[in-house]
Amino acid sequence: MSVLSYLIPISLVLGTAGLLFFVFTVRTNQYDDPEGDAQRILNKDYDDRPKP
Amino acid sequence: MTAEFRPAISACPACVVAPSAEDMASRALPQTTRIALSVPGVHCGACISTLERGLAQVPGVNDVRVNLTLKRVMIDAAPHVRSEDITAAAHRLGYEAYELDAGTLMATTQDKAGRDLLMRLAVAGFASMNVMLLSVSVWSGADGATRDLFHWISAAIAFPAIAFSGQPFLANAMVAWRTKRLNMDVPIVMAIVLALATSLSETIQSGHHAYFDAALTLVFFLLAGRYLDYRTRAIARSAAQELAALEVPRAVRLTDGQEQTVSVSELRVGDLILVRPGGRMPVDGEIVTGTSEIDRSLLTGESRPVFAAPGQVVSAGEVNLTGPLTLRAIAVGQDTSLHRIADLVAIAESGRSRYTSLADMAARLYAPMVHLFAAVAFAGWYFATQDARLSLNIAAAVLIITCPCALALAVPAVTTAASGRLFKRGLLIKDATALERLAQVDTVVFDKTGTLTAGVPEVGDLSHLGTRDLTLALALATASAHPLSAALRQALMARGITPAVVDDIHEVPGFGTEGQWQGRRVRLGRAQWVGADATSATAAWLSVVGEPPVEITFTDRLRPGAAEAVAALKASGRQVIMMSGDSTGAVEDLAKRLGIAQWLAEALPGDKAARITALQNQGKRVLMVGDGLNDTAALTCAHASISPASALDAARVASDIVLLGTDLSPIAEAIHTAEMATRRIKQNFALAKVYNLVAVPLAVAGLCSPLIAALAMSSSSIIVSLNALRLR
Repeated sequence: MSVLSYLIPISLVLGTAGLLFFVFTVRTNQYDDPEGDAQRILNKDYDDRPKP
Repeated sequence: MTAEFRPAISACPACVVAPSAEDMASRALPQTTRIALSVPGVHCGACISTLERGLAQVPGVNDVRVNLTLKRVMIDAAPHVRSEDITAAAHRLGYEAYELDAGTLMATTQDKAGRDLLMRLAVAGFASMNVMLLSVSVWSGADGATRDLFHWISAAIAFPAIAFSGQPFLANAMVAWRTKRLNMDVPIVMAIVLALATSLSETIQSGHHAYFDAALTLVFFLLAGRYLDYRTRAIARSAAQELAALEVPRAVRLTDGQEQTVSVSELRVGDLILVRPGGRMPVDGEIVTGTSEIDRSLLTGESRPVFAAPGQVVSAGEVNLTGPLTLRAIAVGQDTSLHRIADLVAIAESGRSRYTSLADMAARLYAPMVHLFAAVAFAGWYFATQDARLSLNIAAAVLIITCPCALALAVPAVTTAASGRLFKRGLLIKDATALERLAQVDTVVFDKTGTLTAGVPEVGDLSHLGTRDLTLALALATASAHPLSAALRQALMARGITPAVVDDIHEVPGFGTEGQWQGRRVRLGRAQWVGADATSATAAWLSVVGEPPVEITFTDRLRPGAAEAVAALKASGRQVIMMSGDSTGAVEDLAKRLGIAQWLAEALPGDKAARITALQNQGKRVLMVGDGLNDTAALTCAHASISPASALDAARVASDIVLLGTDLSPIAEAIHTAEMATRRIKQNFALAKVYNLVAVPLAVAGLCSPLIAALAMSSSSIIVSLNALRLR
């Protein structure tokens, strides 16, 4: 059972990393237009060059 | 963009340090303006490309960004770009566009409350998953020191997580406590607190059962419901309120012959105000100079333009059509007739204030039951066993099980799904209970002008006019911006008529256009002006000197989908009534065209509201569809109300549902969706009830382990959400 002393902290750290990443996505307005973003990725307009 | 040449190294160092006055001035001016438009027509990836590319070509526009979820366009442009240019460009691309008020928009983009809820939801989700993992190992047989360790870790995660995530419930429960009223949040907070407390004491005494996972999942599901609810309402609220006000914010004041653009709030009684053709009257006033025609359709429902001459009194909100008018203000701000109608709205008792939503009814029945069950379970077990620890554990289990988890999701999940479906069809639900009320509707009352009709005239029969007359009419109509002229021009151009050569064409504001054709005077305009007898129809008259004048009649063009909407409503067995402030002839004509058997003409705003109240007193549930200021009182007192996006601000505020496009046909479908949504809500309540019937006896009997609690709670919440999703 001593393996638990590694596994539990590791799982908690990984989980916290996920949570912090989610907080980052919320802070940077990535949920403002989910439908639009889903459509934009299929769009070929800026495949070859970045948006001016 | 003008490139500025600036020397990098200056001869005098002070010049570099002290910015030039010019530089300061350019900095003080806003470099860009942000324009926001509501574009109900965007629905796919191709629309995004078309709009973004098309609008970027408007001169002065720097950046265009389409938001497909909210069906909006945000534009970053040079200060001189006007929103009208952009809406016109969007129209040319084939999209309807309405300006949104950028000021209120700023408040919602930094949507703090929504983000806050999402953050709490994320923390609750994270914590509940971790604790659930630990709990699974406890359920599958961990015991002794391992179980205690897992319980302690769970406690270490659960306490801070709930302290952060549970705040919305805690705040609401405190309010309810202070006002001595029971709401859904009181049993929620009690369940959470009791679960945490008993679990902690069990952990300290190294007991078998801890409910940390249940408390966290509870918070997670409840927050999910709350977030869905918030999101639906936020989208609707922002889109409905931000549609820029139609009431003019600025006016041109004449002081000593000088034109000065001022805010309407600065106008005082006695000020002289210039209203250009196409402009809306900012105040109630008396015409001092100028003749014109005015369109009062939004205020009174009259479809025919009214002649305006010096001495006549006009009301705020009316539109000046042909010639410039100078007004002397009689009433400003709160005293204008616009605001007096708003007072009428305040008096009309709102149909929705008397309505109790299904969720409230459920909560009122449910909340006391939960406490009662828990208390009975505690008392019963305590008397039977004299064991306070066991009884408290069971009471906690009962509270957790009965906690309105599925119930909290039952309504928001359905309204979110239904609003999403209706939003795709161009309907915006503003009020949380609007769907439920819409579903009960059995009578639909339509306003005429601007609602069933587009408010745009259409040329009637032209067969009695000869080719010569048609060419003359076209030539004269081209010289005027009057709506009747515009309609006539459009119709004649479509027929391939070429205009006759008419010299010296000029518009006589308020009367018509006049010119010389082969040395003879020709006129197109009002009946009295050309020497004809006025008839009841909306008409323009064409006269050539020495010949009797000819009448050109106009009908109000139907709004797209109006006929379909009326037919579908009638087919579904609902009574359709038309009420209008317009003349009897025009109303009767339209009623015949649409097959509406019951109609009321020349109705005053008070009449409409009174008639609707009378219908409701007979036990009818009335849906009012209207756009004008004269409809606002009726919209308020009806059981449910819809107004188109083109409606006056006051009307949109008064109604529960806003129609984003011009098409009326989604109305019938909206009622159908509302009925389905209500059915789903009731089903969800039934599901929650069944689940309680099964789980509560188990909990009271003391057979409910944390495993059963977790399973029951999650499965009922998921079933309820899935049932709601069937609506999409």
